[in-house]
Amino acid sequence: MADTPQVALDERVKEISPLRRALIRPELGGIIGAVAVFTFFALLAHDSGMFNAQGVMNWSTVSAQFMIIAVGACLLMIAGEFDLSVGSMIGFAGMMVAIFGVTLGWPMWLAILVTFAICIAFGALNGYIVVRTGLPSFIVTLATLFILRGFTIFIPQTIERKTIIGGIREAAEGDWLAPIFGGKIGGSLFQWLGDAGVIGTFSRGNRAGQPVVDGIPMLIVWAIVLVIFGHILLTRTRFGNWIFAAGGDAQAARYAGVPVNAVKIRMFMFTAFCATVFAVCQVMEFGSAGADRGLLKEFEAIIAVVIGGALLTGGYGSVIGAALGALIFGVVQQGLFFANVESSLFRVFLGVILLLAVILNTYIRRLITGER
Amino acid sequence: MKSIIKTMALTAAVAAAPVIAAADGHGDDLNYILVSHAPDSDSWWNTIKNGIALAGEQLDVTVEYRNPPTGDLADMARIIEQAAASDPDGIITTLADYDVLSGPIRAAVDQGIDVIIMNSGTPEQVRELGALMFVGQPEYDAGLAAGQRAAADGVESFVCVNHVISNTVVAERCRGFADGLGVELGDSMIDSGQDPAEIKNRVTAYLTANPETDAILTLGPTSADPTIQAVKEMGLDGEIYFGTFDLGTEIVNAIKDGTINWGIDQQPFLQAYLPVVVLANYDRYGVLPGNNINSGPGFVTADGLEKVEEFAGEFR
Repeated sequence: MADTPQVALDERVKEISPLRRALIRPELGGIIGAVAVFTFFALLAHDSGMFNAQGVMNWSTVSAQFMIIAVGACLLMIAGEFDLSVGSMIGFAGMMVAIFGVTLGWPMWLAILVTFAICIAFGALNGYIVVRTGLPSFIVTLATLFILRGFTIFIPQTIERKTIIGGIREAAEGDWLAPIFGGKIGGSLFQWLGDAGVIGTFSRGNRAGQPVVDGIPMLIVWAIVLVIFGHILLTRTRFGNWIFAAGGDAQAARYAGVPVNAVKIRMFMFTAFCATVFAVCQVMEFGSAGADRGLLKEFEAIIAVVIGGALLTGGYGSVIGAALGALIFGVVQQGLFFANVESSLFRVFLGVILLLAVILNTYIRRLITGER
Repeated sequence: MKSIIKTMALTAAVAAAPVIAAADGHGDDLNYILVSHAPDSDSWWNTIKNGIALAGEQLDVTVEYRNPPTGDLADMARIIEQAAASDPDGIITTLADYDVLSGPIRAAVDQGIDVIIMNSGTPEQVRELGALMFVGQPEYDAGLAAGQRAAADGVESFVCVNHVISNTVVAERCRGFADGLGVELGDSMIDSGQDPAEIKNRVTAYLTANPETDAILTLGPTSADPTIQAVKEMGLDGEIYFGTFDLGTEIVNAIKDGTINWGIDQQPFLQAYLPVVVLANYDRYGVLPGNNINSGPGFVTADGLEKVEEFAGEFR
């Protein structure tokens, strides 16, 4: 939304005070929520280790996981579509890396690249079916959810006779591409912090003297990069305007010359890309792929996006908001453990927060758009 | 008069206060976390929850239960990391996938937290991670104990009905049983598949082809239920020696009517209860058992059924 210099005073342009303009943004709900959540846990769980180095790394990692899939889900949702196959895609992509890299013994970089190609192709297929048939994406991707999950269980069972394939870390030794997903950066900085006594160090074992947090996982780097990329794409490019237009009113956008179908298919591909990034980071970190990985992750992505203020019906939302939603989600999920809340009540809290966030976001959106 | 009574009551209360406090606890505030790999939908773990609740109450310690809601092991790894960050006195966790969980568990041990592995994992893996001990049912040992029991009852040959042939860990039960009997496993293990009708037919076929078979061993309700039917249809119920792993409604009924001699329970209650006891006493008095604890095999026979039925789903 570039500001055009106003030459003459136009009665159609309403004067808004700078403060109000700064306040009424789609991210506002996310910002308020994030502040509220941090305040809540600072009061309730300040001495539980939630805010020491390990605790911060823990909820940051979980939030980063949500963020990676939320960016894709957010852009797709603004373009007016849904992807319910994200969770299955995570399981499937991880399994593909394991099959290619461990079972078939390909070099890890090739396994990763081929996995990306296959998964993005599945995303394109999702998008193609949606725009060709005009079926709701909810239904199409629900089918993909089952198809991919089925393959994820079937393929390793036929080849390996088991549903968990390990040995990925060993297979990725010395690979040039694997560390981009599974590595850590800033090790020396954390070592220095540990030596200086700022963060805790291991007291025993073969890692004695090493800091408890030994670097920032690439997962977090990916999350930040994707959020920045998504934000710039959405707010600073022509393509970003097309995304809004495609989700706002597809027919009107077509009349205005926006390639709505191409935009939607590309967003499905981007969502698949995000899911694959998530999956590859996960298998590189944990060294094994399992057939049940990623269950229900698609809903977690959608929840993060909705907490961040996007509209389920498309045409409205922000990537920064989705990132804040992911942060809130991650902090709440891990924070409830730190605060020693009975784990069976976890979903109750989640539901309440989701509801509050949506009500707040609806109110803010009405302020912005003036709709009633 | 009233005021005197009040004063006396107050005095009594003040005098008794330290006594109450002493009776109320050990002056410590021990806090343990049990992390499982089970999704919320898995009812087997309800017994575990009840077990730690009871142990916490009896020993005056706090024990929390945590699990990944969908059973996603990667989420479980994050929960173990989280548990370590909150610096509890001990962590009790399963080792459902060594690749995924070894990193977080080792980090917790290095940080100085006592870890006990329960339910799944092998003694070798437990040693490797530097955990205190393993509390569970080692499959080979359970099979061996069952085989020795059968040998004492005069069994000399057997058939093992295996419905999860791809699971090498479960196959150890049959190997242990054969060693307990002192016979070769050889062709005694049949791959029955998962389909009830197929299982029934294969067991019938085997028993027809090998009429001298003394005993049947099934590895869970999946293979036990159709095998019970096969045995009854052949008129061998009560005639052939029949043992099974795990309990289920059909199995309990078959134990009642004498078709099955015993069922093997891995006693999840003990897998939850004992680690808390061990950790609490280790923290308080520095005492530690010198070996892993086998929570099973617990043999359930017609005599012990009463308690099993009474506490089914709660403590059994």
